[in-house]
Amino acid sequence: MSQGTTKAPPDSGLRIRTEVKAAVAPAADKGEPDITIDAVNLSYGDNHVLHDITMAIDDRRVTAFIGPSGCGKSTLLRCLNRMNDLIDNVRITGKITVKGLDINAATTDVIEVRRRIGMVFQKSNPFPKSIYENVVYGLRIAGINDKATLDEACERSLKGAALWEEVKDRLDESGLGLSGGQMQRLCIARAIAVEPEVILMDEPCSALDPIATLKIEELIYGLKDKYTIVIVTHNLQQAARVSDKTAFFWLGRLVEYSPTADMFTKPGDKLTEDYITGRFG
Amino acid sequence: MNALVKSWRRGDPMVWFTGSALGICILMIVGLVLVILTNGLSFFWPKALTQLTLKDGSVLMGELASSEPIPNPGHPDHLQKQRLLVRVGNRDVYGFDFKWVPEGDIAKQERPRDAYFVERREYGPLLGTPVRVKQGDKILAEGAAAVELALPGLIARAAEDRSAIERIEKHEIGDINYEIERLRLESRALDLAASRGQDVAEKRADVERATAAQKALFQTKTDELAQLTERVAGTWVAFVTADGQEKELRSLDIYRSYAANQLTLLGRLSVYGGRLWAFFIEGPRESNTEGGIFPAIFGTVMMVIIMSIIVVPLGVLAALYLREYAKQGLLVRIVRIAVNNLAGVPSIVFGVFGLGFFVYTVGGTIDALFFPEALPTPTFGTGGILWAALTLALLTVPVVIVSSEEALAAVPRSMREASLAMGATKFQTILRVVLPAAAPGILTGLILAMARGAGEVAPLMLTGVVKLAPELPVDGFFPFFHFDRKFMHLGFHIYDVGFQSPNVEAAKPMVYTTTIFLLLIVVLLNLTAIVVRNRLREKYKTGAF
Repeated sequence: MSQGTTKAPPDSGLRIRTEVKAAVAPAADKGEPDITIDAVNLSYGDNHVLHDITMAIDDRRVTAFIGPSGCGKSTLLRCLNRMNDLIDNVRITGKITVKGLDINAATTDVIEVRRRIGMVFQKSNPFPKSIYENVVYGLRIAGINDKATLDEACERSLKGAALWEEVKDRLDESGLGLSGGQMQRLCIARAIAVEPEVILMDEPCSALDPIATLKIEELIYGLKDKYTIVIVTHNLQQAARVSDKTAFFWLGRLVEYSPTADMFTKPGDKLTEDYITGRFG
Repeated sequence: MNALVKSWRRGDPMVWFTGSALGICILMIVGLVLVILTNGLSFFWPKALTQLTLKDGSVLMGELASSEPIPNPGHPDHLQKQRLLVRVGNRDVYGFDFKWVPEGDIAKQERPRDAYFVERREYGPLLGTPVRVKQGDKILAEGAAAVELALPGLIARAAEDRSAIERIEKHEIGDINYEIERLRLESRALDLAASRGQDVAEKRADVERATAAQKALFQTKTDELAQLTERVAGTWVAFVTADGQEKELRSLDIYRSYAANQLTLLGRLSVYGGRLWAFFIEGPRESNTEGGIFPAIFGTVMMVIIMSIIVVPLGVLAALYLREYAKQGLLVRIVRIAVNNLAGVPSIVFGVFGLGFFVYTVGGTIDALFFPEALPTPTFGTGGILWAALTLALLTVPVVIVSSEEALAAVPRSMREASLAMGATKFQTILRVVLPAAAPGILTGLILAMARGAGEVAPLMLTGVVKLAPELPVDGFFPFFHFDRKFMHLGFHIYDVGFQSPNVEAAKPMVYTTTIFLLLIVVLLNLTAIVVRNRLREKYKTGAF
């Protein structure tokens, strides 16, 4: 097994604050706003992508973003952990707070933001490392190299991602040797290993077969007891199955945001109705 | 006609053209390998010794090396008659090794049973019939049969004695010399310190005492060596050449001997293997025309390794900056073009740069700063293995940069995003995800660099390669690796043996043999890197790579 040898400097401020979770979580009531998005506008150069998005995402609930391709739902998701920083020419206005932390503020450390907000991508992207190293990656980059801690985190995360039984005997093998669904669950295990507060999922099942999709959905359902989950999906049935609230986006605007049951039974907007009944999309 | 046009339209001729081009390429490569292998590997094969009696009554004996038609332009017998090239050896007796003999002049050809081929320390081989062995005035064996019996034991003893002498000469006396030289430099450093007004009296006394002790030791060892040489040098073996001249040879100087016309196939194979092995492990003798090439092999491998150690970090870091950090724009494009063009600069240009910059400027400065006591003798201010390796690193760094850049670019964006989304910094992402994923591609660059570096000769001639280096760049003296030392290199050795040696005809086959070793070493070095790369690839096998 290739063990990472470089350590982050001990005083780099990159330590995982597991205690933050412990202190905050019991105090927050289930269903209270966890993420607030206030008048967010985003443009790539001259291309205005998000228009005045304002919404609040509940703590420890699953919130689904739906909408046709190019409507800005993934872009908004990537605003939440500042992945848009990686793109040149992006301009963002408005305010996003996560548990009271203004994530775009100049004083906010982007590393800290991403540490607290995990992300699972559309295409599963394990590192070219062993399964074990994939899972403990977040801890290693935070400077944790204690074997017992890593082992514990690895087992807990893989169990949390419902992957433990399948891989416990081959943790040393490459993470790239797993099946598509397993790889995606490995990515989820990797995300929850650092105990984030929020998990963002960008179409996590779009490349998976129906059985693997079902497993991930069950997993999401189980995870929402501990984590706030935001999921972008093209699959309306999936949104209906897993989410508590659904937001419908169209051409960069938030058209409707309501409890999932309401949206799929009595949509409040003509556009939403047309979209979820399949008239366009 | 119609069929021909159709065939043209279908592109059939193109298949033939491209196929023939490939065929020619393969033929040329196979031909190259065959020429080198046949010429190089036949060099050690013991050939029969033929005794020729000419019509004028003179007798000569030797290996038949080759034959060719005699040119005689303007006459009817132009290229009609053959002549033979005979390797007669015995350069100390005849003054030459090879002799052309017109076929028409030969009266009789025979293969004398007792003819011996003797490899010795000087003057090339001795070819003759053994007559006696004597120690001082005492005759130990008389007649061919008796000497034949005694020879194997004598030669084995000679090998032991030689290594005993060498141990004293090279190691014990060599160590003392090294120590005396070190003390001389120390005393010189004390002179310099004294001229700056420091009190060095106490240290000087130490140094002088140590020097005196070493010199006394030197005397003892020299005496010991003289005694040993005296003791072992008393045995002589006398041979008589084909034309009846007697030649006495100290048994100590005999390296190998065999009765060429009595050898069985197994005997020939054993002589062949012994010669090949000796060629591999021995140092050269007789201005490189005899003996082996071990120092050249060692120098080549060590230089390539030092070069790799320098070129990989340099190239990878440069590629990382270009690909990961630099803002892609006109400047980066210009730098990239410049790097690519650097790969096309003639290698001798790098040699000139290495000489002017590394050797004279950097080396000269190092000497002035750290080795002032040795001046005016340069330490680093002259060609050496470090400067040669640095020059070659410069020569091959474009290859590493280009392939590293390609490897970095091939790491999928999604993988970087995954790492960044985990809260890794860009530096952590590069170190832990991007570089490991790009490692196989980077190693490909190293393989190309090594292949090019191992084969370069021209820049090395200016920066540290010599015809004969008395010491290897690694030995038992602190600091063990002597990067300032000059070294031998197979590529240069080939040139030197083939074209700079006093005995070109005898040395020519060694050109091919040395070439085989150069090829082997390049292949071995490459294979090592390829195996490492494949292991890495295998470890994280995926469709993405």
